[in-house]
Amino acid sequence: MLSRVANSIYWMSRYLERLDSISRFINVNYFLMLEKAATDEPTQWGPLIFASGDDKLFFERYKKSDEKSVIKFLSFDEENPNSIISCVKNARENARTVREIIPTEQWEVTNELYYYVKDEAKKKKHSELQDFYKAIKAYNNQIIGLIHNSLTHDQAWHFLKLAQYLERADKIARLLDVKYFSLLPNPTYVDSPYDAIEWGAVLKSVNAFQMYRQKYHRINYENVSEFLIYDRDFPRSMSFCVNEAFNSLNKIIAIIKEDEGIKSCKNSKSSSEIPAERRMKDLKYMLDSNDTKNILAIGLHEFIDDFQMKLNEVDEAIYNSFFALKEFSFT
Amino acid sequence: MNFDSYDIGGFYDELFDDSSEPRNFVAPLIKKINTLSKRELKRRRLAADRALKQQGITFSVYGDKQGIEKIFPFDIIPRVIPGSEWDRLERGLKQRIKALNLFIDDVYNEQRIFRDKVVPKNLIKSSSTYLKECEGLKPPKGIWIHITGTDLVRDKDGEFYVLEDNLRCPSGVSYVLENRAILKKTFPDVFHTMKVRRVAEYPDQLYETLMHLAPESSKDPSIVVLTPGIYNSAYFEHTYLAQEMGVTLAQGSDLTVINDEVMLRTTKGFRKVDVIYRRIDDDFLDPQVFNPDSLLGVPGLINAYCKGKVALANAPGTGIADDKAVYSYVPKIIKYYLGEEAIIPNVPTYLCDNKKDREYVLDNLKDLVVKAVDQSGGYGMLIGPKSKKKEREEFKEKIKANPRAYIAQPTLALSRSPTVVEEGIEGRHVDIRPYILYGKDIFVTPGGLTRVALVKGSLVVNSSQGGGSKDTWVLEGDEIPC
Repeated sequence: MLSRVANSIYWMSRYLERLDSISRFINVNYFLMLEKAATDEPTQWGPLIFASGDDKLFFERYKKSDEKSVIKFLSFDEENPNSIISCVKNARENARTVREIIPTEQWEVTNELYYYVKDEAKKKKHSELQDFYKAIKAYNNQIIGLIHNSLTHDQAWHFLKLAQYLERADKIARLLDVKYFSLLPNPTYVDSPYDAIEWGAVLKSVNAFQMYRQKYHRINYENVSEFLIYDRDFPRSMSFCVNEAFNSLNKIIAIIKEDEGIKSCKNSKSSSEIPAERRMKDLKYMLDSNDTKNILAIGLHEFIDDFQMKLNEVDEAIYNSFFALKEFSFT
Repeated sequence: MNFDSYDIGGFYDELFDDSSEPRNFVAPLIKKINTLSKRELKRRRLAADRALKQQGITFSVYGDKQGIEKIFPFDIIPRVIPGSEWDRLERGLKQRIKALNLFIDDVYNEQRIFRDKVVPKNLIKSSSTYLKECEGLKPPKGIWIHITGTDLVRDKDGEFYVLEDNLRCPSGVSYVLENRAILKKTFPDVFHTMKVRRVAEYPDQLYETLMHLAPESSKDPSIVVLTPGIYNSAYFEHTYLAQEMGVTLAQGSDLTVINDEVMLRTTKGFRKVDVIYRRIDDDFLDPQVFNPDSLLGVPGLINAYCKGKVALANAPGTGIADDKAVYSYVPKIIKYYLGEEAIIPNVPTYLCDNKKDREYVLDNLKDLVVKAVDQSGGYGMLIGPKSKKKEREEFKEKIKANPRAYIAQPTLALSRSPTVVEEGIEGRHVDIRPYILYGKDIFVTPGGLTRVALVKGSLVVNSSQGGGSKDTWVLEGDEIPC
């Protein structure tokens, strides 16, 4: 597979996952704020901006983090490189450069999604926003389904999964970090009904509410943290994501080495350890050698900071290992 | 009834005869369209447009920062050609390609045709498309022009003429295939009744044509389609062909030359390439040899090619045979190499480089079409009858300053074909570009891309200038089975 193609597939997948996360976050927050309206509590749209990681850009462009500006910024602001519309554009642009590789139907749905979001963004009033976020999720599910059922499970597939799970791990970590920061300072909230609503919303934001209930029944922050960091089987826990990414990376490396075994190409990579492998092991070790209790004792924020730093190192190493092939490194 | 007031307007009409009656072989199609309400006709047209947009079958418009993508307008009424008429065209195209290939090979090697004074040497050497670098070149299997898209037009007399030979990187074949896919959905029953020849094997034929060039030593030859990238107006076509053949679509930056071997940069390291179907013009192929500013090409590619390490389709230098001044010699070229008369005639052409011709052209600009010899896509043209005085004066000066650069032809009354327009159905001028593949044998796609000038009265069919396209139905025979 061409390095450029692998790179495009990787980013297409990250952007698709990213836009799915954002639309979930907004949608859940919207309903949460409706609940709060009943008890006259102040609405909170700010944390969403912090969870997106683009708070600096936001406050350069908007005065207050109220509902209207946050929704605009995260959904339709083309100046925000991580808004839904920007993600859709980038996902589609990347898909377009690899459309001969990905299943045609997947390209078509991605293309349709692009035109859908573009048309929605043109509307002056967004009264039907619920439908919009619902549609985004539906499109994304369709795309993921098409990929799952019609793409050969070779390199392209594993680059796709690698990107998807790294992106997802990042978004879960951010959400957890921000919510933890904004909810915990007030000890009277802990284990109160208010707490259950707030942490329930966190779970819903990553589609984890129902599965969490089946396992823990009662909602409290320790269990929510445990579930979202460590649950072995839930597809939106950090640990699950890292394991899946780890597996896909190993598959990619195995495919490359196997192929080189057959062809014994001169410019081979097989002799040395691939940098991405090292970094991924670091990331996995960081999770595996720890537990929730310990993390909450030292500070979740510090832990997540470190986690995200390591995620970035993995991302960089993937770029250097697979996408940026240079002649001189082999001669 | 949609065709009740249809008027052929004094032109040759592809579907209607001189008394504005449907030609015998299109009867089922006309009958079907007549049963559709105006609304239904419009609905089918919009459905076709929507399908094109949804599938991303678009071309990029140059000079637009936003990189706006447009669909190539598509008309749902097909152009129909009876079988025997097509068979003659097919023979004519094969003959022409065979002769032109021999001509290019001769020009860059033995140059017999100059010695025998059939084509003047200075006409060739003065062409901007002549590549000195190709002198002495022996491309694999002696084939230079693997993929050709020859433009044909039909004049008032109903006769087909060759308008242009596009021997470099002709585009448009993906539209032939996509148009067909859409039209099968638009008129399924009629399509079935009329026994239309298949176009779907083009990608297989293209693959075989390219495989034919692979070195015999290569057990599992690797083929790539080389594209200038996502902003090229034909990018859709490049992805389409790569996808249909299941081969890699590469950009210049994906390729590098190591020890004269062309290599792909892959996640597994470097992988050798055997055959390149390049959709990049000669000038941009290799900055070491041609345009040094090219970022699209691959440094060292031509050297690797000349050493026989990689095959290129088409070969560089083929533009010499579609120089519009050289064009006028093609009937003589056919006669010289094959000893045959040209089956499809040329449009009479005045070479401004000849004093007599030039004087005639300058005196009769108003009735002629003037073309720059090395341009295509409808650029660098003057259509006399539709021109303003100022434009004619400008062209006069240009011709006088550089006569070798221009030719002129009489204005043809291009045939028309019924087309859906805002007001209903009207005749619009059309041409046709069949695609010819030269591999082990010569293969011609049945039909080709019918381009239609959508603007009323316009003769310019190019997509860059308001043209659209139609599906082309070549029938199995000449009669419709009842």
